[in-house]
Parts: sequence; structure tokens; C-alpha cells
Amino acid sequence: MKILVCISNVPDTTTKITFTNDNTEFNTSGVQYIVNPYDEIALSRAIELTEGGKGTVTVINVGEAGNDPTIRKALAIGADDAVRVNAAPRDAYFVAKQIAEYAKDKDFNIILTGRESIDYNGNQVAAMVGEFLDIPSISIIKKLDVDGDTATIEREIEGGKEVLTVSGKFIASCAEGVAEPKIPNMRGIMSARTKPLVVVDAVAIEEVTKVTKYETPAPRGTVKLIPADQTESLIGLLHSEAKVI
Amino acid sequence: MSVLVYVEQAEGKFKKSVFEAVSYAKAIADQQSTNLTAISIGDVADSELKELGKYGASKVLNVSADQLKTFVNQAYASVIAAAAEKEGADIVVLSNSFSGKGLAPRIAVKLKAGLADGAVELPNTDGKFSVKKTAFSGKAFAITELTSANKVIALNPNAFGVKENATDAAIEAFTADVKQSDLGTVIKEIVRATDKVSLPDAELVVSAGRGLKGPENWGMIEELAGLLGAATACSKPVSDADWRPHSEHVGQTGIAISPNLYIAIGISGAIQHLAGVSSSKVIVVINKDPEAPFFKVADYGIVGDAFEVVPKLIEALKAHKG
Repeated sequence: MKILVCISNVPDTTTKITFTNDNTEFNTSGVQYIVNPYDEIALSRAIELTEGGKGTVTVINVGEAGNDPTIRKALAIGADDAVRVNAAPRDAYFVAKQIAEYAKDKDFNIILTGRESIDYNGNQVAAMVGEFLDIPSISIIKKLDVDGDTATIEREIEGGKEVLTVSGKFIASCAEGVAEPKIPNMRGIMSARTKPLVVVDAVAIEEVTKVTKYETPAPRGTVKLIPADQTESLIGLLHSEAKVI
Repeated sequence: MSVLVYVEQAEGKFKKSVFEAVSYAKAIADQQSTNLTAISIGDVADSELKELGKYGASKVLNVSADQLKTFVNQAYASVIAAAAEKEGADIVVLSNSFSGKGLAPRIAVKLKAGLADGAVELPNTDGKFSVKKTAFSGKAFAITELTSANKVIALNPNAFGVKENATDAAIEAFTADVKQSDLGTVIKEIVRATDKVSLPDAELVVSAGRGLKGPENWGMIEELAGLLGAATACSKPVSDADWRPHSEHVGQTGIAISPNLYIAIGISGAIQHLAGVSSSKVIVVINKDPEAPFFKVADYGIVGDAFEVVPKLIEALKAHKG
């Protein structure tokens, strides 16, 4: 079984998000980058499914050389080899096209991503890769089991879940529940330095979206504190002042 | 050109988030001086389809092929893209629901369209076509210009609201060729908790954190939520400890929500949690620590012990409801 896991290089979850250049660029100064947490879940499940000589896990990232430490982290967690498509990731459409171009003749049985990257939150790449490769895509999955050529998947729906099966090649985006994120051990960290990391060129593609500006949420007014012994007055305020109940 | 909106049904019914998407798509159609067509896939009665007219759809395409009765991502995307082409629709709108998140990117690739997902406002069509969408897990918004001729927009629940716009909707049967390879996924089971409000599109949410001390103490949270008609949610440490299911985890690595009211009980308000809830319209924080960072972004706050405050709220709510 050959599994391809797509990983994003994203700001650490504790990052305070600010912008520069008249709010047109994300301020990267002082930002720590990590493997996107959902992609770690996908990677961890891929490793579990291939453990004990049952297959191999390749990670792919679309980005510039600055992403290599994040890719090495994925190798330390347990991926066998890595590919970096050498280009600044313009948008999900661009990234998905690069991944599809790389994967189309490599015969991966399964491609996994995280449910979304925690920077642009698109949850677009998996389904776009699926469309470019003309294979099924299942978004926001909570469980993944593989038996021979058939995978059984649970995906989240509003107020519940759906259980489905898929045979043959597919791509899925993973959410919490698919696996516990693995933490690299010392041996993994050492071996990651020498595992293959291949750099390939990007293909040209038309532009379909462009972020022109960022905004931060408007600050809220100061909190109206209600003394604990007047708790019941909150209900009245929510009804007549805030008008939400 | 025209605007096409995909209306997702669950068990033959449309939810509020669908009527929101139709209202939003109608407003875009008005911006573009064109008409709005809706497309429904699956078993939906004509009387329910007619409801879409209330929010401005002048035509409803009804797809009821047997093989499309339950959701198949790939096939649904093919049918919606085929409808867009047939209708000459250059803008496709859908809800940013779990299924919508799977469909929108496939439709975008088929139509070579730019996709704005998580849209929170009407597009700015002043010369360009730009959509404000959530980014950095609720810590920011990105104004995204769709530079392609075709455009796909996935609207966040509770972002636009439902706006009535009475139109007589003409219902037409629609069929499109579905390739066998588009039917690769087979649904075995659908489990829906019918007695609970679904969290992603809930208008009211009651959420609790580690301050509750253990899963056995969630009875009062569920009672409060039940009285309000609210969905229940939790913080990451709570779902990590398996006190509550992962599907209730809101925050940066859980789901992002924007209800009208978010009540946070015993949650300190770490930056990762705030990211997922900061676009809630009204935030109430109940915490015994007056220094909890959550109070800085709250509209109403009670400094007190959840085990004393919540039962009082339940009593007050019962009295309020009479």
C-alpha cells in the first residue's frame, strides 16, 4: 500500500495573527511554523496503516525551501520519504494542481490531507485533487479503516455521521478521531536527516483567486459584568437588550 | 449569465442554512441584475421545493434520479456543474456545510472557477469581484478576489441571515449524465441524533470546559441547552479527555462557529479557543477566575462558580419561559 500525505506549513496555533504592508501581507516576523495539526492526524493514520512492512508513506508539500524543517518534522514522525514542489503556494487551486500533477503517474492507493489548514481554512485541496485525478474524495472524515482494496470511512455530517465505503483509489481529508497525532522520537529525528527529500518544479497554472487584503475582527466593547448573586438578570438582558433569546 | 444555488436537503427537508444560502444568492443575482436558479438533488416534495421561491429563487431544478438519492460527492458535483453550464450560470453558491465543503472544490475545478469558502458578506462587485471570508481559524478575514470568469462561493452558516423575497418558483425536472466512476462511494449508514441541535449551524450554543471538572457534571449544561434550544459544545481539553465527543470541540483545531449567542462556562479562553468562537454575535462568559482571558472578548460576564451560577440560570430561564 502506497499512501501520499499532503502537508501544510502553518503558523503555530498560539500565534497572534497580524499583517503588514497596509494589511496586504501576513506578518511572518517571529512566527513559529509547524506541520498543520490536521495533517499530522492524517500522517499518523497513514503510518499506522503501513506499519510492519505493509506499505510506504510519502509526504508532499507545496512550498519554498523555508518549509524544509517542517517537512523534516513529518519525516521524523515516520514518513518514509518526502517531496517538495518548489513554489510559493498561491491558493488551494494551485496547490491541488501541483499535488495532482505529481501523483497522477505514481500509483498511490490512498491520498490523505488534513481537514483544513489552520491558516486559510479552505478544506479545498483534497476535493480539488480528487477532481483533478478523477477519483473519489471524502471530506472531513473521523475514521478510516482499510481492508484490502476497500476502505470504510466515517465522515461528519450536521448532527451525526455517515458511514461509507470506497473501493480503489481515493483521497480523504482527516479530522480529529482518525488517529492520535504521533510525536517524533529520538530515532525518528535522527533518521529524518537522511531520509530522501526530493524537490520538483511546479507546473504553470492560471490564477483563479487572489487575496487582496486582510482584516482582523472588530474589537468588542467592554464586558458587562453581572454580580453572581444577580445571575437571573442575565436572562432578561439576553432577551430584551441583546435580543438573542 | 445567471446565479445557481445548490440547496442541500436532509431527509427531504431544507434547513435554515439553505434558506440563508438562497437569500444570499438572490442578493448576488440582484447585484448582477440576473435571475436565481436553485438545484436540489434527492427526494424532495414539490411543496418543499416551492419554499425556495420565498427567498428569491425563480426556478428550481429538481434532480431525483435513483442513484442520487443519497449524497455522492463526485456525482453531485458533476450534476451541479452540468446545471451551471446548461443555465449559463457563472456564479455558483452553496452552504459551507460538511457536504458543501466536499462539493464546492470539485465544482470549482470542473468550472475552472475561483472558490471563496467561508464567505461572511456579500461580494464587493465594485470593478472587481471580492469576497470576505474567514481565515486563520477566525483570527482574521481575507478579502479574496475571484479573478476567474466563473466563481464558486460557499457561505458560512449564520453569516447572512434569511431574507424573504417572494418569487414564484417554477419547478423543472433536471437530469444529467452521471459516469459510473462518479459513483465510487457507497453510503452504508447515516446516524443522526434527532433530539439534538446540530452545532455547526446552531443559532445558540452552550459550551463548557475543564471548569466542569468531569463528564458526569454535563447534566446541567445539557439542561440549560435544552431549555434554550441550543447546541452543546466544549473546549479542546474536554474532548481530548474524552469527556465529550470530538464533534463538539470548537476552536482553532476543532470547528469554527458563529452563533447569535455563545455561552462559555468554565472555559478560560485560550487564543486557540477564541479563534473558533470570536465571530459569535453575543458572548457570555461564566468563570470563577476574574482574570480569565475570555472576559476580554465577552459581552456579558459572571464571575462565579459554574456549579452555583448554572442552576440559577436554569431556574431563571424556566421562570422566563413561564
